[in-house]
Parts: sequence; C-alpha cells; structure tokens
Amino acid sequence: MRLHLDAEKCQGHNRCYALAPELFDVDDYGQAVLLVEGDLPTELQEKARLVAANCPEFAIKVLED
Amino acid sequence: MTDTVTQDNEVPEGQRRLRANAEDVIFGMSPEGTHVWQRVPYDAAHYGPVSDFATDFDHADPAYNPSAPEVWKQLREGGCPVAHSDRYGGMWVPLTHDTVHEVAYDTEHFTSRAVVVSVGRPGDLALPAPIGGAPPITSDPPFHAMARRLLLPAFAPKQIEPWEPEVRKLCNELLDRMGDLTPGESIVDAAVQYAQHIPVNVIGRMLGFPSKDEDLFRRFVHDALERIAEEPGTRDGMDDLGNYIADQIDDHRANPRDDLTSYLLNIEIEGQKVSDDIAGGMIILLLIAGIDTTWSAIGSSLWHLAQHPEDHQRLLDEPDVMTFALEEFLRAYAPVTMARLVAKDHDFHGCPMKQDDWVLLPFPAANRDPLKFEDPDTFIVDRKENRHAAFGLGIHRCIGSNLARLELKVAIEEFVRRFPRFELAGDVRWSVGQIRGPRELPVRILAVAD
Ligand code: HEM
Ligand code: SF4
Repeated sequence: MRLHLDAEKCQGHNRCYALAPELFDVDDYGQAVLLVEGDLPTELQEKARLVAANCPEFAIKVLED
Repeated sequence: MTDTVTQDNEVPEGQRRLRANAEDVIFGMSPEGTHVWQRVPYDAAHYGPVSDFATDFDHADPAYNPSAPEVWKQLREGGCPVAHSDRYGGMWVPLTHDTVHEVAYDTEHFTSRAVVVSVGRPGDLALPAPIGGAPPITSDPPFHAMARRLLLPAFAPKQIEPWEPEVRKLCNELLDRMGDLTPGESIVDAAVQYAQHIPVNVIGRMLGFPSKDEDLFRRFVHDALERIAEEPGTRDGMDDLGNYIADQIDDHRANPRDDLTSYLLNIEIEGQKVSDDIAGGMIILLLIAGIDTTWSAIGSSLWHLAQHPEDHQRLLDEPDVMTFALEEFLRAYAPVTMARLVAKDHDFHGCPMKQDDWVLLPFPAANRDPLKFEDPDTFIVDRKENRHAAFGLGIHRCIGSNLARLELKVAIEEFVRRFPRFELAGDVRWSVGQIRGPRELPVRILAVAD
C-alpha cells in the first residue's frame, strides 16, 4: 500500500498533519508534504486510510497494490 | 496583472485613501451618489418573514439560524438541491455538498468580489476585480494567489502552535473573572462572558492593536456582517473602521514593531510595496474574519455540551478524543456561510443564473449532506471519517483555520475542565445572517473544579 498526495489539490487544511505527523509535514505556507515513499509498513496503513478519508480537498489517495 | 496593482501605487506615499473623506474609494467607504456601492432592487419591508425557503430563501430571517439544519434537511428531502430567492436582487443557494463544492471551485462563473450578501453590490468605483476591497477574500485569480501567499506563512501551523499557552491563559482569566460560583445555582453567559472575548483578544494581540479596543472591534464586525439590509452609505460604522485602521497604520509606521500590522505594511507584490488600500484591506479582513466566526464556533460547541453531558464526560475521561471531537464540532456547527456574485450568465444544473445574482455558499449545509456523511444530523463525538468543509473548499480555504482550531480546542478544554457539569439555563439568542452561532448562551454551572 502506498500514499499519493496531489499537491495541486492540497489547500493546506492541515488535517493530515494533525492526524498523522509521522506521514505528513507542512511547509512554511501550510501546504502538506508527504514524508513517506513507497510501500507503507503495516502499522501505518490504518493511519494512511484515516488521513485520506479526512482530506476535505480529496488530495490524498491510498493506492492499494 | 501588474497594471491593476501599480495603478494603486499612484497614490503618493503616506497618503491614506483608507481615511474617510468625500472622494475616497475604499472598503468601508460607501458614500451615496458614488458608484462604490450599487443599490440592488430590494426592499426588505415588502417581503416580511419567509414562508417558503425553497423559493424565498433568506438567511437573515431571524427564524433561519436557530433552525437552519432543519431547513436544509427539508429542502433536500423536498428535492431542492438549489434554493432561490428574489431578495437582495436575486440569490441562489446550493444546499448539497456537490453543488457547494462546484461553486467554490468555479472561479470563472462565480466571483468573490463580494462575499457578504447585502442590499448593495460593489459598484464601478469599488476596488476592482480581481483585487476587491479586502484581499484575498474578495480577490479572484490570478491576484488572489499573490495576496494569499503573503498571509499564509503568518498563519501556518508552526507559527500558530506557540500561541497555545497564551490562549490558555486568556481562557482561564475569563473563567476567573466569572467570580465565585455556587454549583447548581450560578448562571453564566458562555457566549457573552466567555466565547466572544477569545478571538477578539487573540487577533488584537497579533495585529498589535490596543486591547482596550475590543468592544470597538466587535462593533466593526457587527456593522460589516449583520447590518446587511441597511442602505449603502448609511453604515457609518464602516467609515469608523477605515479611520481606525488608518490610525493604526500611522502608529505602526511611526513605531514599527514585531506584529502582523508592521509586517503587512512592508509586504511587496511583484517588487512593488503594496498600497495602504491593499494592506489596510488585508488588516480589516484579518480583524473581521476571525472574530465572530470563532466566537460562534466556541459558543455552538458549548451549547452542544450543555445539552449532551455524555459527550462532555467523554472529553473529560478521554482527552485524546478531542482530535475527532474538534472536527465534529466544526462539521455539525460550522459557523460560516460565504457568498459569491455570478460573474456571467450561467446555467447551473438547470438554474438560470444571471450576472450579478448572489450565490450563498452554505458550507454548514454541505457538512450535513447525507450523501457525504453518515447520519449527518447526529453529533458523533469520535466520528473518524470527517471530510467537513467548515473552513471552505478550494482556493479561499480559511487562512486562519489553524488559529481557529487552536482557539476552539483550548476554549472547550478549559471550559469543560473548570466546569465538569453545566446545563442550559434559559433562552439562547442566535446571531442573524451568514455567521451562525449563539450570541447569548445562559448556562447553569452544576460543578466547579477546585
Ligand atoms: C471557526 C472559525 C472560522 C471559520 C469557520 C472560518 C471559515 C472560513 C471560510 C469558510 C472561509 C472561505 C471563504 C470563501 O470561500 O469565500 C474563510 C476564509 C478566510 N478566513 Fe476564516 N474562518 C474562521 C476563523 C478565521 C480566523 C481566526 C482567521 C484569521 C485571523 C480567519 C481568516 C480568514 C481569511 C484571511 C480568509 C480568506 C482566505 C482567502 O480568501 O484566500 N478565519 N474562513
Ligand atoms: S488534509 Fe488535504 S488539503 Fe489539507 S493539508 Fe493535508 S493534503 Fe492538503
């Protein structure tokens, strides 16, 4: 399972950073920065689904392989 | 692009168009006989109370805010995804998440030039699109992004987090000020004695304005957001606001300090210092945008807790639930409805929208759309999936959202900690207009923490 962030869609609601600082950081403008690359370890997968389901702009996608 | 900006730079340095005098053209200035405001053909007296919200919608009907969730539900269930009204010269109201989302994203057909519905639309002499009177909220692309980028860093999460201790201290001071309370007897007004003071103090400090002016700021907010049926040009409080900001600008120019006002006086767009009109418009926006919005969110949340001791208890027993509860308060009691003007004639899902019609953007209604939220009219304190739109959608996402969340979270935490039990103790008075929240909220204190 992987995470994808669409930077064009992100408007900086910061829901992802608040819910999962281990997966997302924010830059100086409050825009999301994805911290993980490639396959997600099992223990982070539930968190990943949670953030994707809470982004108001539909900017985060979970890619199930 | 540059042209529209530099045009304003022709004002000689030091000259403040913000200051109210006859010929000036600024946000807040609305002299009759100029074209700053264009009076819309609407006489509130001819209409009276709303009888059918589907065809005669009026968010400023005093009956609307107290029962808005029922109004949205009835309209949706009656098969009306977009309501209409002849009031205010013509107004449309999308009510589903999809239609609200679509309008918020479509900056070509919908302009932000005016975001508060009133009997006046900005006329030819108002600050022109795409800038508008209070950038970036009144701006459209492409200017919008430039103005917004200047403000974003000041409100990014890592800039806001350090304010937490100060907000906590402020909340505790307000609670202390309620004096000695007798559990089971004492009644306090959670809106008047608590909620309304929090955002006004915080933003005043950030802007570097004297805290004694708190009452004045609340009056400015009232003039800007609630007196929407009064004649343009007669809302003289708006002139006072322009004058007040001009005085603050003078003072900050003479004594620069480390606050948002000094920062905004030095910002540049495309290598040009921005005019006082633009900087002043931004300051006004920051002053107005965060006050009764956040105050309403705090008030509604406490109103909910006063009636739901089980949710209150859960917050006390499991403080971590706040992560989800905070978003659920924002979803269920979203305080902010915005507006747009139709930029050009447009068929919107069969609705014949005409240029200059108003479109309300009720983010609070989108948040209760059953197609997007399970059991939307139930408050679920630990709702896990919550893609709510309380802070808007698309390019105008609330710049103050991190600050608003901090204030809301701390205000609730400190109130429930100090008063482990409280209940409603009388009639709640709701605001009138686009910002929805309790303005009077009497609660009886049933327990006080030692
Ligand atoms: C719970 C409290 C708040 C809520 C629910 C709220 C809601 C909103 C919404 C829905 C918008 C979108 C406007 C649109 O689409 O036209 C917005 C914009 C904005 N808000 Fe807030 N707001 C809150 C508090 C604050 C605070 C505390 C500040 C700052 C001090 C603030 C500053 C702004 C600014 C500057 C914009 C304009 C952004 C732009 O146009 O790019 N807000 N807010
Ligand atoms: S929640 Fe969505 S919009 Fe908000 S910062 Fe994260 S990715 Fe961006």
